[in-house]
Amino acid sequence: MNTAIRVRDLRRTFGTVVAVDGVDLDVIDGEFLTLLGPSGSGKTTVLRMIAGFERPDAGTIELDGVDVTSAPPYARDVNTVFQDYALFPHMSVLENIEYGLRVKKVPKAERRARAMEALEGVRLADLGDRAPSQLSGGQRQRVALARALVNRPKVLLLDEPLGALDLKLREQMQVELKAIQRDVGITFVFVTHDQDEALTMSDRIAVFNEGRIVQLGTPAEIYEFPASEFVAGFVGTSNLLRDETARAVLGNAGTWSIRPEKIRISAAGTPASSGERAVAGTVREVIYVGMSTRMVIDLAPGGTLVAVEQNSGRHADERLSMRGEHVTLLWNTEHEYSVN
Amino acid sequence: MTTTTATHRGFWYRHPGLRQGGLLTAPMAWLVVVYLGSLAALFLTAFYQVDDFTGQVVRSFSLKNFQNLFTTSAYYQSVFRTISIAVLVTVLCLVIAVPLAFFMARVAPRSWRPVMVALVLTPLWASYLVKVYAWRSMLQPDTGVIAWFLKPLGLGGPGYGYLGIVITLTYLWLPYMILPVYAGLTRLPDSMLDASADLGAHSGRTFRSIVIPLIFPSVVAGSIFTFSLSLGDYITAQIVGGKVTMLGNVVQQTYVTNLPFAAAVATLPVIIILLYLLAVRKTGALENV
Repeated sequence: MNTAIRVRDLRRTFGTVVAVDGVDLDVIDGEFLTLLGPSGSGKTTVLRMIAGFERPDAGTIELDGVDVTSAPPYARDVNTVFQDYALFPHMSVLENIEYGLRVKKVPKAERRARAMEALEGVRLADLGDRAPSQLSGGQRQRVALARALVNRPKVLLLDEPLGALDLKLREQMQVELKAIQRDVGITFVFVTHDQDEALTMSDRIAVFNEGRIVQLGTPAEIYEFPASEFVAGFVGTSNLLRDETARAVLGNAGTWSIRPEKIRISAAGTPASSGERAVAGTVREVIYVGMSTRMVIDLAPGGTLVAVEQNSGRHADERLSMRGEHVTLLWNTEHEYSVN
Repeated sequence: MTTTTATHRGFWYRHPGLRQGGLLTAPMAWLVVVYLGSLAALFLTAFYQVDDFTGQVVRSFSLKNFQNLFTTSAYYQSVFRTISIAVLVTVLCLVIAVPLAFFMARVAPRSWRPVMVALVLTPLWASYLVKVYAWRSMLQPDTGVIAWFLKPLGLGGPGYGYLGIVITLTYLWLPYMILPVYAGLTRLPDSMLDASADLGAHSGRTFRSIVIPLIFPSVVAGSIFTFSLSLGDYITAQIVGGKVTMLGNVVQQTYVTNLPFAAAVATLPVIIILLYLLAVRKTGALENV
C-alpha cells in the first residue's frame, strides 16, 4: 500500500479564522477518500492546499513521496474538478478537454485522440463541438471530469462536484463516479458535506470539524462506531441519550448513540427477548418519507429517540394515525454505542 | 356561491402596454428625435454643397465634400493623424489599464476595491478644461514639470504637439478604459484561473489563453470610449497641440464657412467607429461570454 498523498500538521488561517488546525492525513494509492464535514470545517481548504491554490501557514504536503508544499499548482501532478465546473466559456467542449494537454505541448494528433477518448469515457462523444453554455449541468459536470482525467493525474481532487445537480442526477452521478474511479484506478479525494454521498462512494471517510479531522475510517466504521458526539450527529440521524436520561433508560451515564434503524416499534407492553432492551414511550411525531416512516418517540423514563421503519408491512396510513399512541421500543443492547 | 370581480384598482396592472409606454415614451422621444435625428441631419448635410458666391447651403446631392477631404493633403493628413492619435491613445490606455485593473480586481484585498474605484474616478470630477490646461503647464517646453523632470537625464520635454496630445488624451480617457476592464475582471470567477493553473498553465499562459479572451469584450468596450473620444476631440489639440491639428479642429475651422464640408468631416469618425465595431463582431469574440 503506497501513500499517494501525505499531509502533516497542515495549518491555515484566514485573518482571525483558523480554517485548518493541524491536519495529518495519508491518502492510500488508488482509494476513494472523502473529506466530509459541515461548511467551514476546513475540508475544502485542505483540498485547495493539496491542489496548490492556497499556501499553508505551516505543515507539509507530499505527493507520491515528493514534498510539493511550495510548488505552484501547475507543477503538481493532481487535477481538480471544481464545484462550479470552471469550464472555459470561450472554448468548445473538446478544446476545454484538450487544454491541459495543449499546455503540456502534447502533439496535436495524440491530443485529439486522448481528448476524444476521455469524452467517450464520460459518454459525451457527440458533443465535442458544443460550447459549455449549451450543455446541461450534468453534462458540464462530465466535461469537467473528462478535462481533469485526460491528464492522467496521480490524484484527482473533487470539490463538491455534485452540489449543483438535482437529487436524481446526483444519485446517478455518485454511482457513475465510483465506477469511473474503479476503471481508471486513479486516487480520488472528494469533498462533500453530504453524508449520504460520502457513505455511498467512499472507501474511507475523513470527518472534519472545526479545522481538524475528528474521525477517519470506512463508511461502516464511521456510521456504526462514531468516535464522538459530533460524528454521531453529523453522519446519520442524531439519536443520542445523555447523562441522566442515559442512566434512566440504559442504566449507564455518559452519551450513547442508537441508530434509528436498529430500533423496533412494538405494541405497548411487548416484553424484551434475550439480549434486547424494551423501553416504553409515546409517539410524538410520525413523518412519512416514502420508502420508510420516521417516528419521534418520547421515552417514558425521559429523552427522545427517532426510529425508522421500512414501509413494507403495515399500511402507511395506519402508521400516520399512531401519533399519541403508547408503544414499546425494542433494540439489541449491542447497538447501544458509547460516544464519550 | 357568487363571484365578484375587483375592478376598483389595478388599472396599470391590467394595461401592461400602457405601463411600458409610460416608461419609454420620454427616452424614446429623446433618442429618436434629438439623437438619431441630429445624426441623420449631419449625415444628409455631408452630401450638400455651399454656393461659392453667396455662401448659402445648396441642397444638391454629391460626394464632393468627401472627395475634397481625401484629395487635399492638409485634410487627409489630419484624418490619418487623428486616427493614429486615437489608436495610440487606445493602446497606451490599454497598456496602463489592464495591469492596474488586474491589480484592483484580483490582487488587492477586496475591501480596497471601492476606494480604488473612487480614486480612478476622481479625475472625472474635475472639469475637462482644467485638466487640459494643467497638462499645458506640465508640458510647457523648458519650464514645465515634465521638462524639469527630464532635464537631469539630458532629455527635452515633449512640448506642445503630437506627443503632447497623445499624453493628454491618454490621461483624460484612462478611467474609461480602466472601469470596463476592471468590471470584466471582477466577473471572472477565481475558479477559472485556478482551473488553468491546475491544468498545468503558468501565470503567463493563463493570462494569454484565459484572461485576455474572457475580458476581450470589456477591452472592446473600453477601447470604443478611448478611441471615439480621441477621434472627436479638438480642444486638447488646440491647447497642447501646438501647430498640430486633428479632425475636430478641421470641423471647427470650416463649419461657419462650409457647413456641408464640416459635416462630412464629422461623419468620418462615426463611420470609422462603425467599421471598428463590425470588425470586432466579425471576430466572434463578443459571443459566448
